[in-house]
Amino acid sequence: MTATRHYPSRPEKVYLFGTCLIDMFFPEAGMDAVRLLEKQGIEVLFPEDQTCCGQPAYTSGYHDEARAVARAQLDLFPEPWPIVVPSGSCGGMMRLHYAQLFAGCPEERKAQEVASRVFELTEFLVHVCHIELEDRGAPERIAMHTSCSARREMGLADTGPALLARLGQVELVEQERAAECCGFGGTFAVRHPEVSAAMVEDKGRALEEAGAQHFVTSDCGCLMNIAGHLAHRDSALQGEHIASYLWRRCS
Amino acid sequence: MTARDRILGRLRKGREERMQRDGGRGIVIPEADASVIGDRGWSRQERLQRFERWLTSVHGEVIHCETDDWTETLCRILKQKGIKRLALGHEQEVARQARQALEGKMDIALVDAARDVESWQQELFSQVDAGLTSTGGAIAETGSLWLWPTVDEPRLLSLVPPIHIAILDAEAIEDTFHDVMVSHEWAGSMPTNALLVSGPSKTADIEQTLAYGVHGPRELVVILRH
Amino acid sequence: MSQPVQTFTPEAFHRQAHDALGNPQIRANFRKAMDGLMDKRRQAFEEWDLEALRTLGASVRLRALSRLPDLLEQLEAKCEANGIRVHWAEDSEEACRIVTGICQENGAQSVIKGKSMVSEEMHLNAHLAEAGIDALESDLGEYLVQLNEQTPSHIIMPAIHLNTDEISTIMHEHTGTAPTRDVDVMTAAARAQLRERFMAADVGVSGVNFAVAETGTLCLVENEGNGRMTTTVPPVHIAVTGIEKVVENLSDVPPLYALLTRSATGQHVTTYFNMITSPRKEGERDGPREVHLVLVDNGRSRIYQDDELLDTLRCIRCGACMNHCPVYTRVGGHTYGTTYPGPIGAILMPHLMGLEATKDLPTASSLCGACGEVCPVKIPIPDLLVRLRRESVGEGRGNVPGAGVKRSTKEVAAWKSWQWLATHPTAWRGASIVAGKLRGLAPSHLGPWTECRVAPKPAKASLHTLIKQRTKHKELRQGQQEGES
Repeated sequence: MTATRHYPSRPEKVYLFGTCLIDMFFPEAGMDAVRLLEKQGIEVLFPEDQTCCGQPAYTSGYHDEARAVARAQLDLFPEPWPIVVPSGSCGGMMRLHYAQLFAGCPEERKAQEVASRVFELTEFLVHVCHIELEDRGAPERIAMHTSCSARREMGLADTGPALLARLGQVELVEQERAAECCGFGGTFAVRHPEVSAAMVEDKGRALEEAGAQHFVTSDCGCLMNIAGHLAHRDSALQGEHIASYLWRRCS
Repeated sequence: MTARDRILGRLRKGREERMQRDGGRGIVIPEADASVIGDRGWSRQERLQRFERWLTSVHGEVIHCETDDWTETLCRILKQKGIKRLALGHEQEVARQARQALEGKMDIALVDAARDVESWQQELFSQVDAGLTSTGGAIAETGSLWLWPTVDEPRLLSLVPPIHIAILDAEAIEDTFHDVMVSHEWAGSMPTNALLVSGPSKTADIEQTLAYGVHGPRELVVILRH
Repeated sequence: MSQPVQTFTPEAFHRQAHDALGNPQIRANFRKAMDGLMDKRRQAFEEWDLEALRTLGASVRLRALSRLPDLLEQLEAKCEANGIRVHWAEDSEEACRIVTGICQENGAQSVIKGKSMVSEEMHLNAHLAEAGIDALESDLGEYLVQLNEQTPSHIIMPAIHLNTDEISTIMHEHTGTAPTRDVDVMTAAARAQLRERFMAADVGVSGVNFAVAETGTLCLVENEGNGRMTTTVPPVHIAVTGIEKVVENLSDVPPLYALLTRSATGQHVTTYFNMITSPRKEGERDGPREVHLVLVDNGRSRIYQDDELLDTLRCIRCGACMNHCPVYTRVGGHTYGTTYPGPIGAILMPHLMGLEATKDLPTASSLCGACGEVCPVKIPIPDLLVRLRRESVGEGRGNVPGAGVKRSTKEVAAWKSWQWLATHPTAWRGASIVAGKLRGLAPSHLGPWTECRVAPKPAKASLHTLIKQRTKHKELRQGQQEGES
């Protein structure tokens, strides 16, 4: 989908845009992203005034509200450092939809400039940091669910698996229909709960049947959905954000 | 105002307003590389292989023979398939040679296909075992025959009988559909009906299971002359 | 076993989805079929530079749309010069009147039909029936669906919701065919039944896949041969098509055909590609004496006015978007209650039926992007779904009938509150601190979310808080180190 991107060399500093879901529900994933980046010798700047990328309103059709919220983020990244986002969904919103959202607005150029500096976390670790991982964990079979936004919108189907492949003791198992959506889709899960439920049931089963001991995702929306479903039916399979998993294995 | 005027009027208005909005740019058409659909540059051998591979993959039969004795191959096929009544033209070279070879020689009735369909529709639909046609050529990329039905070889001859026997010359196989259109200047000379035929009639409408001969022929036999 | 006659409407999307999700047969039939179709499509493009081919497809379609009014006039002039009579219809009603009129002029009692989604969109069969004209579908899938008094559940494979046993029952009940699981036997029975009808038909009605302006040629893509029968056997042929189906040149056809068959069913080619340029000429032995082309607008010229929505008109009706849609796969085609189901239906039907009726369709997508990824002409389907959501809540340009239908004071207020919070960082941080403190009180039931998931609990400390603590801690340590040295 996305044209091959030109990646910068490893910077001294990066901004972290933590995303609202991580902020509120999965802060450890955000902290682990910080730790991973710092271990690469990169200073992580966390603009305190960040809130949300605006995507929930954007996909719901409330573009005036989405724009107001997105506008509030545009000034938070004044230095030319890359902006790392531990989510393909929010990353995709900022990287691809900010330009559409601000088309014809006074902030159009600034939005494009900010968008050009946005990198999803796994993308950044692979293509900019060229990260090497020293696996200190026990042998484990793991499954990964790559979010649809990361996979299709940002064209990052391979970066998550590429990181897991660098863990010597970890075997990545492929679940059936790996590319299929887990059924989250933001407000979709609320507006069409039954269809969404049918989708997450299938995704949960596919992950279990893949024979994984654990699963990871690069998006907390999918994590909340899939892990929430597996917990609801007392499945032994648990999941976490890929940043946490990588940090746990290597520290 | 007619519907035509109103529809065209709305389209023109839409187009003009778009031009005004975007400073005369109009709809942005992405740059595309048309070579993706042509420029195959296959050798004769590759063309033949591809044609046969694709046509047989969709249940078509390809039978090779020498150009000089193709009618012997035809006789063999008719016998093998138990064809008793063969519909064909009489002026087309293929039809002429077939008639010459078959007339009086075998227990096969030759049915004149070059008649107004109204005069023999029932017979065509229920009493003909096979139709014989020439072809304009073929397409290697998809294993397709191309036919321009004529007065001598009408449209239904390749469609209604349960078996379609088509005669093709090896050198008439070209790489792609695009190549065929260009080299035979289709754009300047489209006939009443032009056809690509790639295998026998088929359906997968019953639970994705392939079945042949749902409306047209259940068998397509290509006699490929070298 | 055959399903009871049931009417589906887009207004009842939720109820229909509920029923379909609870029907294991429907679920299994669609899952199996869509898995197979996705796999076949992937294989069919293996040897191709798919990206380049899709770009070519998109460019062909956009070039045609950029010249649409001129090309329609050129098509009309060419067709008329070739002897094909061209008619224009503003809407379904007018298109039906035109077709019925041609039938009546020819004293037609019986119409045989090739597969045509535009004729479904027009509800032509019902209209003909009112005029006392019997219309019979001849595509096997359409025939089965018609026997079962249903509508197609997929634009390429109309009977995909039915399995072999169900079809056997339908054929047994409606045509007296002995019950069988042998597909060849059922196919042969249908062949025999339909051949009689082809011969008896007074008029053949077909759709059009591509109409070529340069030559005045109508192209039809099919596997069965019923399309060729329909356009060759009866004395009169009427082709109905949407005005967007026109392409500029004959050389535009090969890329679209290559994309269409591979995207639709994973076939490298269909059995027949049927190109019709004129009625039977003097001396020719078969073919219809009259050929008519009915150009149907039905909302398309309104779509054309809008720079973004215009992309909807690129569609070549391959159905790949539905084959790859996780929602369509689970609820099936009938659930949408519209002629075109799935993602293409969700972006097209609001224009044809208005957003009042179809307001649940643009939201019936997780925006997973699978549809846009496979679209052979690169329609940005997810973007168009979002655009229609905007129109529904009254924040669009109002270019869709029924725009604003979903705007509710309550929902607007909710988004405005969210906006306020997310543009006031101090309040935002305060809210997450409060949420973390009160996490014990967080509800364990959150409406439908918790029907099949546990409720998410706010973390004790937000990322904002954790980072602040960590920075403080670091600074403290640094200060200590500096003090020590």
